[in-house]
Amino acid sequence: MPTPAKYWREIPQRYRLEAAKCQACGQVYFPPRQVCALCGSRKFSPTRLAERGKLLTYTIIRVPPHQFTDLAPYAVGIAELEDGVRLTSQIVDCSFDELRVGLPVKLEFRKIYEEGQAGIICYGYKFVPE
Amino acid sequence: MREVAILGVGLNKKWGELWDKSLRQIFVEAALAALDDAGVDKLDSMYIGSMSSGLFVGQEHISSLLADYLGHTPIPATRIETACASGGAAVRLGFIEVASGMSDVVLVGGVEKMTDVTGSEATYALGTAADQEYEGYHGLTFPGLYALIARAHMEKYGTTREQLALVAVKNHRHGAMNPVAQFPFEITVEGVLNSVLVADPLRILDCSPITDGAAAAILCPVEMARSLGKPVVKIIGSGQATDSIALAQRKDITWLEATYQAAKQAYQMADKTPADIDVLEVHDCFTIAEICVLEALGMVDKGEGGRATEAGWTSLEGKMPVNPSGGLKAKGHPVGATGVAQIVEIVRQLRGEAGQRQVKGARLGLTQNMGGTGGSSVVHILARED
Ligand SMILES: [Zn+2]
Repeated sequence: MPTPAKYWREIPQRYRLEAAKCQACGQVYFPPRQVCALCGSRKFSPTRLAERGKLLTYTIIRVPPHQFTDLAPYAVGIAELEDGVRLTSQIVDCSFDELRVGLPVKLEFRKIYEEGQAGIICYGYKFVPE
Repeated sequence: MREVAILGVGLNKKWGELWDKSLRQIFVEAALAALDDAGVDKLDSMYIGSMSSGLFVGQEHISSLLADYLGHTPIPATRIETACASGGAAVRLGFIEVASGMSDVVLVGGVEKMTDVTGSEATYALGTAADQEYEGYHGLTFPGLYALIARAHMEKYGTTREQLALVAVKNHRHGAMNPVAQFPFEITVEGVLNSVLVADPLRILDCSPITDGAAAAILCPVEMARSLGKPVVKIIGSGQATDSIALAQRKDITWLEATYQAAKQAYQMADKTPADIDVLEVHDCFTIAEICVLEALGMVDKGEGGRATEAGWTSLEGKMPVNPSGGLKAKGHPVGATGVAQIVEIVRQLRGEAGQRQVKGARLGLTQNMGGTGGSSVVHILARED
């Protein structure tokens, strides 16, 4: 679980949804990378992640890791965003019955869990059905 | 490259919750069984697969610890970690070392002592095989990740909940004939479908257990094995490959590319095809995993793993018996030991020593061991020489 430094350095991705676009082939990476997995280029431009997408798959976590005990059961899924990036996150503000492959979702900034090792409250993005 | 044989194999006596035994004890038990089976007492080096002895028992540097307790210092010993594929990777490195001519007799082993910690600590330790920053952070667990694969496979190929259950039922039927197995008893489809939900659609009886266990094999040049007077089993193909450890980074969530690539290398080296294989031990950490692995190995067409299971192809009497040992599901899954234990089972099958669970006339076997959700995979092809 995050120490303060580990949490702090991920803030650009988790708070501001900063992604990296390959200057050579245009592929968008989230989280950002230093080498393009498609063309090998090392040159990237910062870009902001698309905020809308569709669920590719989902599950409901019934047996959670200890820091999520109070939240369980909760839904988690992988969505493909409009820029082609695939992202893993929780799906909130919907009943489990509404979950389906293809469900349109948008990203919203939420609390993920409280009390990391350093007693910090951890924030990030979650999927909300549109 | 020299031809490499497997001279001897061994497991510790019983897998499961071994509260009265330490990591070093179960490893030495397995290693001595392999040395006795091989009829040798001198080793040139050791490779030990272990995913997380640090998190499970608070002990790193087990390579030297285990060489010492086995009575084999000062031989070189190295611990190998590729998550749940650590054992398979240790076998591959031992194979390479003997094939190269650098060493003659190499012990490849694997060990994991998982029940000294609480269930939630074990879940955390296993979770470190996933992308902690971008999967674990959002509350995903290992059953959760495989549930994402299962849901996508059901959606894309029409795989059914019953077909998943049949993987567990079949592996328990096999495991009931294996005295080492943690769960040597049969279960039913209804039992699986009524077991507690862990991560929809996966239930507790879709999941392999937390296990203490160890396995070992002795590798040597093939000429040396021929003088022993036992059927000679050779490693004729070896492959290993990687993929993104985060599921979201893959092009197709239902496809195990690293397993496909590792298998391709192994088939090529062995000059064999999937149709030649008589018996398989594969990485059924969850029921859906066995289905996806069969597809990636080319044993069935893409999307057909569930239907092949339902048709009985993968049972002991079927056209491609899979996991005669009971697999990870029934035999148990001490993560670092699993890849080596698969080799142990295939050697026994090819020697005709598997008793009740013997696949009749098996001459060519395949092992597939993977880490995480398939971010690493190791495949070996073994052949009986006559
Ligand atoms: Zn590129």
